[in-house]
Amino acid sequence: MARYIVRRLIQMVGVVLVLSVLLFAWLRSLPGGPVSALLGERATPETRAALEAELGLDQPLWMQYVKFLSRAASGNFGPSTGVLPGTDALKIFLDRLPATIELSLFAMIIAVALAIPLGYLAARRRGSALDTSSIVVSLIGVAVPVFFLAFLLKYVFAIELHWLPVSGRQSGGLDATRVTGFFVLDGLITREWDAALDALAHLVLPAVALATIPFAVIFRITRASVLEVLDEDYVRTAEAKGLTNRVIRGRHVLRNAMLPVVTTIGLQIGALLAGAVLTERVFSFGGIGEALALSFEQRDYAVLQVLILAAAAIYVLVNLIVDVLYAVIDPRVRTR
Amino acid sequence: MSTAASPPDRRHPTAPADGPAVHDPAAAGRSDATGPLLSVRNLTVRFRRQGEEDFVAVDDVSFDVRAGQTVGLVGESGCGKSVTSLAIMGLLPKRGNTVTGRVDFEGIDLLSLSPRQLRDRRGRDIAMIFQDPLSSLNPVVPIGVQVSEVIERHVGLSRAKARPQARELLSKVGIPDPDRRLSEYPHQLSGGMRQRALIAMALACRPRLLIADEPTTALDVTIQAQILALLKELVQDSGTALVMITHDLGVVAGLCDRVNVLYGGRIVERADRHELFATPRHPYTNGLLASIPRLDAPRGQRLSPVPGSVADNIPWDHACAFAPRCDRPVAACREVTPELVTDEAAPSAPGGLPRALRCHHPVEPGQESR
Ligand SMILES: Nc1ncnc2c1ncn2[C@@H]1O[C@H](COP(=O)(O)OP(=O)(O)O)[C@@H](O)[C@H]1O
Ligand SMILES: [Mg+2]
Repeated sequence: MARYIVRRLIQMVGVVLVLSVLLFAWLRSLPGGPVSALLGERATPETRAALEAELGLDQPLWMQYVKFLSRAASGNFGPSTGVLPGTDALKIFLDRLPATIELSLFAMIIAVALAIPLGYLAARRRGSALDTSSIVVSLIGVAVPVFFLAFLLKYVFAIELHWLPVSGRQSGGLDATRVTGFFVLDGLITREWDAALDALAHLVLPAVALATIPFAVIFRITRASVLEVLDEDYVRTAEAKGLTNRVIRGRHVLRNAMLPVVTTIGLQIGALLAGAVLTERVFSFGGIGEALALSFEQRDYAVLQVLILAAAAIYVLVNLIVDVLYAVIDPRVRTR
Repeated sequence: MSTAASPPDRRHPTAPADGPAVHDPAAAGRSDATGPLLSVRNLTVRFRRQGEEDFVAVDDVSFDVRAGQTVGLVGESGCGKSVTSLAIMGLLPKRGNTVTGRVDFEGIDLLSLSPRQLRDRRGRDIAMIFQDPLSSLNPVVPIGVQVSEVIERHVGLSRAKARPQARELLSKVGIPDPDRRLSEYPHQLSGGMRQRALIAMALACRPRLLIADEPTTALDVTIQAQILALLKELVQDSGTALVMITHDLGVVAGLCDRVNVLYGGRIVERADRHELFATPRHPYTNGLLASIPRLDAPRGQRLSPVPGSVADNIPWDHACAFAPRCDRPVAACREVTPELVTDEAAPSAPGGLPRALRCHHPVEPGQESR
């Protein structure tokens, strides 16, 4: 197992490297660029040339790449040119990372906590009102654009009803102590309960918006997978043994039905990163999703490079975790 | 639920299904003073089909199993053997079928029990083993857990306390190195070992009745014999009654006290094993036996010797379903449904239970084709 993980980690470095080349070429091929974004379209050719030289953009592309790579290897991705001009791009990423992790984690917890029990029940009561209505809800869940849903939730529950905060991660009046950058966690650690609760309230709407697609997908996979497992001979064996419903559900049905679900959850983490860009923007959440949107608008190469490479690395890492988890659940993979 | 009353159009009284009134010295002394262990009466299973008439998979089946007895349910694929056993166990799909009749186990009608009451009995009083040992085992749970969970459930022991018993069971069913096997998974065992493990699970709580649904069909021929020998030994040692479901007459010859031959969802002949083999009365039974050159033929012989297949069946109403494949049909076979009646004409061993037969033109003693 350990050797397998090491091999996968080495593979992961390769994947991220290849991705970095593609990313570099793609970014430079986009119309506009940091110089136009910084100086505007009416700057003189001389000032443009001077800034290009300063940013190293006058050099051939491969040289820019080699430079980028050698600096990136030591954690230096260069200064931001748009999001927070002058600030180290890596620092921007690291400062904003906890917000996105907190949001994604919360969204994933909502999605999984609802989707798996509901998927199980829908399969067990196939054709019932519960089954049909959850299928309809999950269809709407995948069909409604995240952006639209985020706006809708914000408008109804924050702007009109005032039940929840409109944007941000923490209310302005609160002087919360920062420890980890995870605001809810910070509130709990420092026993600033009001701050924890306030941070949680800020999380609800964006997390719900972000959770819809993973919920819908995980629900449908769980339902289909449970239906399949319920037809298996070993479930009939378990029934023939007179085992309790609890044991049959947990040990015999769900343990087997979870195999495809685990894979799906892993894949959905990638979708979550994409959804976070839009959701964070709507709720000004201050995470890497928002930073990605901003840096793209302003052609902030340094920040874009950190963010996209990090997203790729996270995605590959999550897939590795999923595979390891899969092997933990399924002995046929483990003892092959 | 129970429809014990016979339809009015019956011409003959239905043969008693080895009822308790019949004197049976062979079973005397066993706990059948209060009747048989399992008594199936008029069991009928209908499957609903969309846009079509219900399909009757099991049709008015009645038979008895006495304590410690081994009873065979024999017939070719699709004749309703598995559906019968699943109906007894209460394991048919929850929807899409109706079960009528009675299934009395130790005097209690299993069909009238709540799912919860049935759950308490399954695995403890009545156990079952299935045809395909690989698919019948949970692939992601260690063998040891799959054995001990039955003990945990019905005896109320903890996992730790049940484990030594599980180990004991594995070695009793002939699994070498049981300590190692306890923590292994089904895919790490051979087919024969898997079926042994399933037998261990089934016998874990010393049930009074074991239903084995073609337990050797999915196995190699050499393994088949070993598994049958094991089943026979275990059942005899523990006094467990066995319902052996098979399409394989070799299995019946070596194991069963009493045999029920099924055709098209109905019992067509019933007799003690020796008599059935000596003087088959139903043309179907006769055809089945004729395909075996000798009684000590190698086991594992396929049971498709009668020309034609189940696809040639005609409905039982106003005919005999076997008529299209029968080698001695008479006019009545296409006009009148034969009833299962006590077979007075058949020779029967002194003291044996009466035989039953559903045929208009049975094979006369001495005319068996062999
Ligand atoms: N769940 C079900 N739904 C509909 N028909 C079924 C179902 N289970 C079995 N049958 C039908 O009932 C008949 C008897 O099946 P079965 O008892 O499995 O035969 P076998 O004697 O080979 O075990 C077959 O024709 C089969 O197609
Ligand atoms: Mg069958």
